[in-house]
Amino acid sequence: MTFDRRTFLKAASLTALAATARIAFAAEPRRKLLVLVELKGGNDGLNTVIPYADRQYAALRPRLAIARDQVVQLSPDTGLHPALAPLKALWDRKELAVVQGVGYPQPNLSHFRSIEIWDTASRSDEYLEQGWLARAFALSPSPADFAADGVVVGPNAMGPLSGKGARAIALSNPEQFLRNARLAHDEGDTSNAALAHILRVEHDVTLSAQRLRAGRTFAAEFPRTAFGNSASTAAQLAANEAGIAVVRVSLGSFDTHANQLGTHANLLKQLAEGVAALRAALVEVGR
Amino acid sequence: MVIPTKSIVALVALAACAFAAHAAAIGYEGARHLLNRTGFGATDAEVAQFAPLDRDTAVDRLLGAARTEPVHKPPAFVDDDFTPFPKLRALSADDRKAYQRRRTEEAFELRGWWLREMLDTPSPLSERMTLFWHNHFATSEQKVRSPQLMYRQNVLLRSEALGNFGTLLHAIGKDPAMLVWLDNAGNRRKAPNENFAREVMELFTLGEGHYGETDVKEAARAFTGWSLDRDNGTYRFRPAFHDFGEKSVLGRSGRLDGDDVIDVLLARPETAQFVVAKLWREFVSPDPQPAQVARWAALLRDSRYEVKPLLRAMLTSDAFWSPSNRASLVKSPVVLVVGTLRTFDIRPFDLRPAVLACAALGQNLLTPPNVKGWPGGDAWITSATLLARKQWIDRVFRGAEPAMLMVSTDSPQPSAPGATPGEQRLARMLERGMSDYAFDPSRLPRDPTRLRTLALATAPVNSTEGLEGAELVRALVSDPAYQLQ
Repeated sequence: MTFDRRTFLKAASLTALAATARIAFAAEPRRKLLVLVELKGGNDGLNTVIPYADRQYAALRPRLAIARDQVVQLSPDTGLHPALAPLKALWDRKELAVVQGVGYPQPNLSHFRSIEIWDTASRSDEYLEQGWLARAFALSPSPADFAADGVVVGPNAMGPLSGKGARAIALSNPEQFLRNARLAHDEGDTSNAALAHILRVEHDVTLSAQRLRAGRTFAAEFPRTAFGNSASTAAQLAANEAGIAVVRVSLGSFDTHANQLGTHANLLKQLAEGVAALRAALVEVGR
Repeated sequence: MVIPTKSIVALVALAACAFAAHAAAIGYEGARHLLNRTGFGATDAEVAQFAPLDRDTAVDRLLGAARTEPVHKPPAFVDDDFTPFPKLRALSADDRKAYQRRRTEEAFELRGWWLREMLDTPSPLSERMTLFWHNHFATSEQKVRSPQLMYRQNVLLRSEALGNFGTLLHAIGKDPAMLVWLDNAGNRRKAPNENFAREVMELFTLGEGHYGETDVKEAARAFTGWSLDRDNGTYRFRPAFHDFGEKSVLGRSGRLDGDDVIDVLLARPETAQFVVAKLWREFVSPDPQPAQVARWAALLRDSRYEVKPLLRAMLTSDAFWSPSNRASLVKSPVVLVVGTLRTFDIRPFDLRPAVLACAALGQNLLTPPNVKGWPGGDAWITSATLLARKQWIDRVFRGAEPAMLMVSTDSPQPSAPGATPGEQRLARMLERGMSDYAFDPSRLPRDPTRLRTLALATAPVNSTEGLEGAELVRALVSDPAYQLQ
């Protein structure tokens, strides 16, 4: 099987995602919570989950290969980037899984097409407007007393929650959200599609605001990075009394064009520390 | 063929109707629609000026006013000697910091200058189109790391904003910011870089699915050697890097160079269709009609990619004026922010808060999220961005009452726990410069119906019954319908 770099990186970036999603599922005391961590851009998968025992790895990466003795070993042939060391404990407790080789058939190598497929879980020859989570919640909505089906942390696009179907909101931190939610009104009806979208967002804001509580603190310490803040927000949402089924956070950009080794290591460090802190907070609140 | 008399009469009547629509005055509401869609809001006086005109005259007036140069002098740094890209690793930590700080500051100034241009220009359509091309050839300062080069690209986009798409496309391939952005500056015969070749097909001309992998690889070879003089930041062809061999792109073979490839792309019908559909979503509605797109694409090709004839056809078309397409588009953050300032005649001394507002609302000028540009449409509105929009509007229109401003403790954005020092600084800065973002209700129309028509593209969702003056203005701009154009 041949891979071009882009598809490979795209596919490889999915491995880390699947891994973190799995963490969230693993701790599952009262009701299911899915936390998605999206690495934005094209992650260097070969330096994330490293086939260190493969001779080709070092041979084909004269300048970018991670030295074998620095790899955090998971198995006799695969290991993690040293910056991901905080995740090793999760692996040992069987709270981390790695899925490799994810992609789609006959890729046309468009980065944007990959993201569309990723967000909508469409077939490669299919174009869908609705994200895969929006479709899932349309079929099977959360209980009516939930604060939301899904919350996207940060001002990013709604991704898998986009389109009709899910009760979803985006926020950077709950305090700010609650402070501003008073500006939204939950009324009105229209046949104008754009206006209908806005009214739906206002409705979701109003409803969620009634059921969100802010200001929860944790013994777990979050790293003082942007991703650390996102992880902290995710933990607050997970601890919220009224349910939230899915939380999505993201970290970027993995489109590293220069100084690859240092930038990548730094991003993975942020990821691992943030995820480890999030896990500790989830355990703390019994999730 | 025998045509019954009745249907001839009917046909004539139909033709007369269409003619009447073109010849009749567009009226206050029509003028409001035209000026808002093609610019950034419009004052009551501007709308009133266009109201008596018929469609053709009104559109010709807009096209006739098109500019190729800005009215405002750019920030002084653009005329400085080009700052070559420093080898950051070779700099001391302090020098690196100083360099980054200056770069951030200059990019900020540049955004403010562009917003000022949008606010003051006698041809808002020219800036709207410059912004359209900025989104089409989406280039980010984050990677280019040179506000000077970003400025030069902005000048290029404006010079052909309503000019010729073919000319613009050829020029953008050699534009220094683009050469850095899509890595063509390093595209060499021995190590071809496909980035520009791929995006020029996928995002600038044909659209996905209308070319193959071989076309990308071959085109990349043709663009080898289109490079940059790193000392003065200008385009430079480097023959030593160019692949002079035979190539074959989309069925055309020969010793093709980059310009040949661009001509091949311009010769494809898909290119005009792609650009027209995008312009439709910018000016007409979210749903391009394939038959009309095909007709306008033919017009664009027949006019050898002149933009004005296409815009004339679009802006005078029944689709553009159809009541069902009014208020069908979500305002972009820039259109919302600048449009609010223009419509309500707010002329702040300091545009920094407006720059920050656009960024907070999801459209940081010169920094699109990626080469595909801002997704736009409904995607502009999430709960986070909608609340940010409402917060900004609330802040601007609360500014009408200085007394309230003084006692306001509800500062916008993050002073919240968890906000980084950077965010807090940003919030303070946003607040500081906002003191002159006040509107003067006495300069607005007194008639509530007229004021409503000026502010909204469609009926308000929430009742404004019995409100007037500043109170009515606040109700209108807070209404969900205010987010639409």
